[in-house]
Amino acid sequence: MSSPETSPYADTKATEHGETRKTEWPLWEVFIRGQHGLSHRHVGSLHAPDAEMAIKNARDVYTRRNEGVSIWVVEAVHIAASSPEEKGSLYEPSNDKVYRHPTFFDIPDEVGAM
Amino acid sequence: MSDALFEFACRMGDNTLVLGHRVSEWCGVAPVLEEDIALANTALDLIGQTQLWLGLAGEVEGKGRDADALAFRRDVWDFRNVLLVEQPNGDFGHTMLRQFLFDAWHLECLKGLIGSSHDQVAAIAEKSSKEVTYHLERSSDTVIGLGDGTEESHARMQKALDRLWPFVGEMFVSDDVDAAMIAQGTAPDSAGLRAPFDARLSDVLGEATLVPPEDDFTHKGGKSGVRHSEHLGHMLAQMQWLQRAYPDATW
Repeated sequence: MSSPETSPYADTKATEHGETRKTEWPLWEVFIRGQHGLSHRHVGSLHAPDAEMAIKNARDVYTRRNEGVSIWVVEAVHIAASSPEEKGSLYEPSNDKVYRHPTFFDIPDEVGAM
Repeated sequence: MSDALFEFACRMGDNTLVLGHRVSEWCGVAPVLEEDIALANTALDLIGQTQLWLGLAGEVEGKGRDADALAFRRDVWDFRNVLLVEQPNGDFGHTMLRQFLFDAWHLECLKGLIGSSHDQVAAIAEKSSKEVTYHLERSSDTVIGLGDGTEESHARMQKALDRLWPFVGEMFVSDDVDAAMIAQGTAPDSAGLRAPFDARLSDVLGEATLVPPEDDFTHKGGKSGVRHSEHLGHMLAQMQWLQRAYPDATW
């Protein structure tokens, strides 16, 4: 029964992308390194008033099961992202250049995570 | 001698049990999702510590009661938590200020217990102190953030401090149980924790621009079990009803 007409949010003004309403904390993207030697991986996002609280919140939200040895947070507005419309020009040229993919090598097990 | 140790373990375990339950009351209704999860984590840490302390109490007592029996089958007058932790949550700021006052005492207490002559006490303190170090960091930051925040948040935090201040002193009252614990080398003197507590308090409250009341009157009776406030009974009714209505229920 959730047609747009009956939405309880019909009169609610949507927040512009990348901006924050005054009463809302900024959005932070969270990166966690699970083990020494691996790189930080994006695990999700959360809201927090400042960087220090963002790290604390990340500890509570994303590392409850002993997942991390290091946490990075970055305010989402500071991330520059490629736009989906440029997909063709950015990525497709590499499709027919098979020699760019390292599929012709056997990687010894001793190398570990690549 | 083991009576005093039973009493002491109940005090530690009842503090963490009652505060853990209070904090868990925020689950699902905290102001933001991140705080909701953080509060639930804190509550779970405290309940975990309760299992250890009340488990030890049951063992020392030797009457076959385990941590569950002590938590769910005792009534108000047998509880030995300080009055501070049974006070209702109030608003979020009030809850965090109560948490800060307790954490600041709790960490000093655990630091003292790590050197305990009693192996189990020392081990529980060692494990708990890592969790409580984080609790204190978090509650201090929140008290500073809200105290030194907007006019509204500052006013609420000052009101919470005025309201909770008369419950601070009880944590540092020494009695016969303390004396027995000191004599055995099991625990440090409660009164001796006041100086480091005050030092931390003045740092954090100073940054938070909050001023503690000058009156040092203190309510007592929780830790000795003589007189709990009216709030504990209501909380226990909520917490214990299932085990009371269906004894030994399992799933």
